[in-house]
Amino acid sequence: MKRYDLIIIGAGPAGLSAAIEAAKRGVKVIVFDENAKPGGQLFKQIHKFFGSKEHKAKIRGFKIGEELLQEANHYGVEVVLNAIVAGLYLDKEITVQIGDEILHYKGDAIIVATGASENMVPFAGWTLPGVIGAGAAQTMMNLHSIKPGNRVLMLGSGNVGLVVSFQLMQAGCEVVALVDAAPKVGGYGVHASKVARCGVPFYLSHTIIKAEGEEFVTGVTLGEVNSSWQIIPGTEKHFAVDTICLAVGLSPMSQLLSMAGCQMQDTPGGFVPVCAESGETSISGIFAAGDVSGIEEASSAMIEGRISGLAAAEYLGFITGEELAGLSKELEKALQCLREGMFAPENRGQTIAKTDEGIEVSHTLLKKGYVDESEILRFPGIAKASGIHPVIECTQNIPCNPCQDVCPKKCIKIGDKMTALPAIDPERECSGCGLCVASCPGQAIFLVNEEYEPGLASITIPYEFLPLPVAGDKGKALDRKGKEVSLAEVTTVRTAKAFDQTNLLTIKVPADAAMKVRFFRSLEAEPWVK
Amino acid sequence: MRIKEHPILGKPPEKRTIEFTCDGKIIIGLEGEPIAMALEAAGILIHRYTKKHHQPRGVFCAIGRCTDCVMVVNGQPNVRTCITPLEAGMKVQTQYGVSAKDR
Repeated sequence: MKRYDLIIIGAGPAGLSAAIEAAKRGVKVIVFDENAKPGGQLFKQIHKFFGSKEHKAKIRGFKIGEELLQEANHYGVEVVLNAIVAGLYLDKEITVQIGDEILHYKGDAIIVATGASENMVPFAGWTLPGVIGAGAAQTMMNLHSIKPGNRVLMLGSGNVGLVVSFQLMQAGCEVVALVDAAPKVGGYGVHASKVARCGVPFYLSHTIIKAEGEEFVTGVTLGEVNSSWQIIPGTEKHFAVDTICLAVGLSPMSQLLSMAGCQMQDTPGGFVPVCAESGETSISGIFAAGDVSGIEEASSAMIEGRISGLAAAEYLGFITGEELAGLSKELEKALQCLREGMFAPENRGQTIAKTDEGIEVSHTLLKKGYVDESEILRFPGIAKASGIHPVIECTQNIPCNPCQDVCPKKCIKIGDKMTALPAIDPERECSGCGLCVASCPGQAIFLVNEEYEPGLASITIPYEFLPLPVAGDKGKALDRKGKEVSLAEVTTVRTAKAFDQTNLLTIKVPADAAMKVRFFRSLEAEPWVK
Repeated sequence: MRIKEHPILGKPPEKRTIEFTCDGKIIIGLEGEPIAMALEAAGILIHRYTKKHHQPRGVFCAIGRCTDCVMVVNGQPNVRTCITPLEAGMKVQTQYGVSAKDR
């Protein structure tokens, strides 16, 4: 039996963050992870994260993962990979399966950061090859450079379903429909909008009746559901697809905590341990951090990890209670920021009719995934101005503020409360630098110039697809639901290190289409259509 | 199908191409990638058939949790192909129940 001050189970964002904070304070720490590589699911997250600077907002998940690994290496954190922790026993003893061996370790403190597993929903044919989890799709395309399929149907409109749908298109797949049995889109509206503007139809209040095919998926049948989740006869719809992707939620992998005898509770976020703010469970010296203590984002998991790492250091006597209080204060504040707004844990399952500003939430956004033109004008990110100006189609209170930070001209105001809707300051003049467009994790900012040329407006859109158009390319200007509005010509394509792989495509369109056009599809190259 | 270039990730890191067999057929894969990914790239979706109902199964979670993608690898059944790195000369077989067909 080997002994350590602190044993951490799981080398994902929470576990690594905990290990870093503990190691910094001199704690002898070991991290076990069942996977061949550390980082948990971070390396599959190729989108820019929400939040503010302290949450590493506008940085892509895999880059945050790289930073985290570097920091862990710097502080000499010992990570044992391919190591399955099979048991957590009394007196903080664990059994670990490595290869064909079972090894025995004991810690003076334990942090469980085992994350979550994907939920599934059974339907006729759900076991056919071609029905995969959304996580599987991310693993295949973002880690192994394999397209999960050619024509994909996504079930689930939470952030995972929305983000993975977008990523599938980036990988060159066609997403034929996004389906959810719930009557409204579950994830961030901005994530939904960037999928909708690519032309993906949303089917809310719909579910899968069956996956078709004998040996593998060849198609799918959907049906509309009524308010008691029953299929309404006669509403069946068929799609020819080769892949069905399931993004129907996550469940905390809290089995080890339950096994150790921690007090558990059933919550809307899953079966989780009862925890103090520090992550300490009902058993003193056993902590939980990240999704295992309730499903949230990786950003929250990293902060929770840091707090629990500090708390464990205090429990072990490496720092004083006062030091812990001082160090955790800022972290807890940062964590609280992420838990505010419309998608705050206490708002789960609620319908919110108005924003904090008292503006009625877009109805089409919740039903179809985009804000209708008739609704967009009531939001503070949209202001008429002469010359080039930003149009911010961010219409829900979510914790995110990079646009305010990056604008060198201070045109964009969110204020101290980061869930407030971004507003345009009409007194300030936009230079057209495009930093806001590239930095918005929701790709909800556009630069519009209604007076680009007589009768023509220019629109700058964030663009993360291949092939990248070049100036002079002709194509279709698409509206918020991906419908063709007019023809368009690319005037400039800007790429810069500061834009971090988000290209800024400027197109010119008829002036009256300036508030309609939000996407471009080149005539010769349609990335996700063969 | 392999992604040749990705708008965010760029070109995939270069890996050595190697040969292995699946049910006797020679297939080219990339050294070290999960066996399941090499099969997916070769268009092989069915990894096994269930024992009682003879139903096909393939990759489902791709992270080693669900065990739907298990196959017989170098004679050993129940190998999770989604997390087992591919090696040159590996003998991969479709699993029927808990064994390969020829047993």
